[in-house]
Amino acid sequence: MLKSNILGMNLKNPLFLAAGILGTTASSMKMVARAGAGGIVTKSFSLEANDGYENPTIVKIEGGVINSVGLASPGVEAKKEELIELEDIRDETPVIASIYGDSEDVFCEVAQRTKDYVDAFELNVSCPHAKCGFGSNIGEDPEMTYNIVSSVKDSIKDVPIIVKLTPNVTDITEIAKASQEAGADALTLINSVGPGLRIDYQTGKPILNNVLGGIAGPMIKPIALKCVYNTYKTVDIPIFGVGGIKDYKDVLEFMYAGASLLQIGTSIMYDGPEIFKNITDDLSIFLEENGYNNVTEIIGLSHEL
Amino acid sequence: MIKNVYDDEVPKVVTIKETVIETPTVKTFIFPFEITEDIHPGQFVMVWDLNNEKPMTISVIDKKNNLMGITVRKAGPFTENMYENMGVGDKIGIRGPYGHGYELSGYKKVLAVGGGSGIASLAPLLSFYDNVDLISAASTKDELVFVEKFKKENIQVHECTDDGSYGFKGFSTELADELLKTGDYDIIVGCGPEIMSYKLLELSQKYDIDCQLALDRYMKCGLGICGQCCIDDTGYRVCVEGPVFDKEQLGQLSEFGKYRRDAAGSIVEY
Ligand SMILES: Cc1cc2nc3c(=O)[nH]c(=O)nc-3n(C[C@H](O)[C@H](O)[C@H](O)COP(=O)(O)OP(=O)(O)OC[C@H]3O[C@@H](n4cnc5c(N)ncnc54)[C@H](O)[C@@H]3O)c2cc1C
Ligand SMILES: Cc1cc2nc3c(=O)[nH]c(=O)nc-3n(C[C@H](O)[C@H](O)[C@H](O)COP(=O)(O)O)c2cc1C
Ligand code: FES
Repeated sequence: MLKSNILGMNLKNPLFLAAGILGTTASSMKMVARAGAGGIVTKSFSLEANDGYENPTIVKIEGGVINSVGLASPGVEAKKEELIELEDIRDETPVIASIYGDSEDVFCEVAQRTKDYVDAFELNVSCPHAKCGFGSNIGEDPEMTYNIVSSVKDSIKDVPIIVKLTPNVTDITEIAKASQEAGADALTLINSVGPGLRIDYQTGKPILNNVLGGIAGPMIKPIALKCVYNTYKTVDIPIFGVGGIKDYKDVLEFMYAGASLLQIGTSIMYDGPEIFKNITDDLSIFLEENGYNNVTEIIGLSHEL
Repeated sequence: MIKNVYDDEVPKVVTIKETVIETPTVKTFIFPFEITEDIHPGQFVMVWDLNNEKPMTISVIDKKNNLMGITVRKAGPFTENMYENMGVGDKIGIRGPYGHGYELSGYKKVLAVGGGSGIASLAPLLSFYDNVDLISAASTKDELVFVEKFKKENIQVHECTDDGSYGFKGFSTELADELLKTGDYDIIVGCGPEIMSYKLLELSQKYDIDCQLALDRYMKCGLGICGQCCIDDTGYRVCVEGPVFDKEQLGQLSEFGKYRRDAAGSIVEY
């Protein structure tokens, strides 16, 4: 019922772990795979090790979190060791490496060094709290995005390239089109929203050390859904829907809007990694009760009504 | 169905009510905090000094007066600043409690071994259970933590120092070995330097008794999502499934006693 084959990946279900959640070590990613995820996206990494921002880097608020982890990650060589450890789960649970950088060269170099150990790359050009020149500095600009995507496509022939976009732009479909023209094989929508801010009411101190952070969790779902819905109308490549998914009803909404695949991040905080099994069980029941034979039948349904 | 989606869990800012200088490197901070039924020894809180934020075990759980305490050992910039500059009337932010603590119901007699400030995580056990014997260990007399507190409350503690300046001369694990020979204990629990904890696990295997140990790993969120504190091979989140692990779990932790990961996630060997 939930099986599909997309981007050359044989998937037992369409629910991936989102980048940056429990994606630092091979053992935590394996733990999420055992809990029922259909695929894994690693925490974003680049050439050099990065400690990220000082704590507090994450604060839990109504409806989600604000985070400024700041792309903390070991460098590419250390990450490669973790990816090698994942070799034995990839048949059942494909692994997508999320990578970041501040130039075409860095993206290409990181991808070159790890391409033998992954099923696809997700280019993070959309982190809203990365230092200048990284993350959404790139993804807010169609031309810069085009250049990064096309140079990675030129350098990596046999691994699919997914581009993860930021919602914090006037028109996300512009960037989506630029990515498709540059050769992207799929899109991930969306990275966290904002950035946003919380202040301690007693002292007036901003809570996050970095002051601002990306907003994620159930509260951003309507924004993410809009991005998927609009982008589905403008591109032909598959879309990963991500942003606030916490139960099977959210999954249905995203697929109706046009997502072929989904990613789950923040909601693991409420339900633990078991959320994957909880959702896939409920989703199977719903599809069966409503007369579907396969989950792919509902992709884009809202656009046909 | 998922609950608590609409809970606001920003740090709760409290005013420090009392401090105790325990040793030249260890200081306890006590502050008002509603002690609910679910707060248990071995759990930790994230402590915000209005700048940085670090995990600290709850060392005082005072239900009657609704007070909580943490005991901080100088290890770097955050803890040194707390020790030197933070005092009564200053504000800190607290979120939590987080994680799983010690679970000691059903055991006949418990041997609890604390190395250095690790004893702070074990002291609250005394107000939850009446069958706990404590070993408090330090390198030398001046570094023993909670000596006065235990004296004042008339609590028997097996003290030991590496240099013999107070109590038993030698390592806590040697004293534990002596005590376990009596055959009275059916579980050993511990908190302290990881080399000590690892030896405690070996002792529990030698005497074929149960074991629960508090581990520490680099923490960012404390909420089970950032992945920074995950431990090999099982991928357990120390902030959720831990920080206290039982014997079966400890046996699966291939990195226990060998290495940990830093703020970037790079491996650092012990
Ligand atoms: C569950 C748990 C409970 C703890 N309980 C206590 C306690 O009761 N009393 C106490 O004194 N200390 C406790 N610690 C350790 C304490 O968090 C560190 O000593 C403190 O973070 C050091 O910060 P620093 O800036 O002073 O030193 P740094 O120079 O930053 O670091 C010194 C050492 O502390 C470790 N450390 C630094 N930041 C963190 C972090 N965010 N999370 C985990 N480890 C870190 C580093 O790996 C390093 O080994 C606990 C740690 C954990 C994980
Ligand atoms: C703590 C945290 C860390 C994140 N780290 C990354 C990252 O490294 N790379 C990335 O592309 N997105 C990262 N994200 C964004 C998520 O992958 C996702 O796009 C966003 O959180 C929305 O999904 P959610 O509501 O299910 O969390 C992070 C999000 C959170 C909450
Ligand atoms: S500290 Fe973030 S998962 Fe444990």
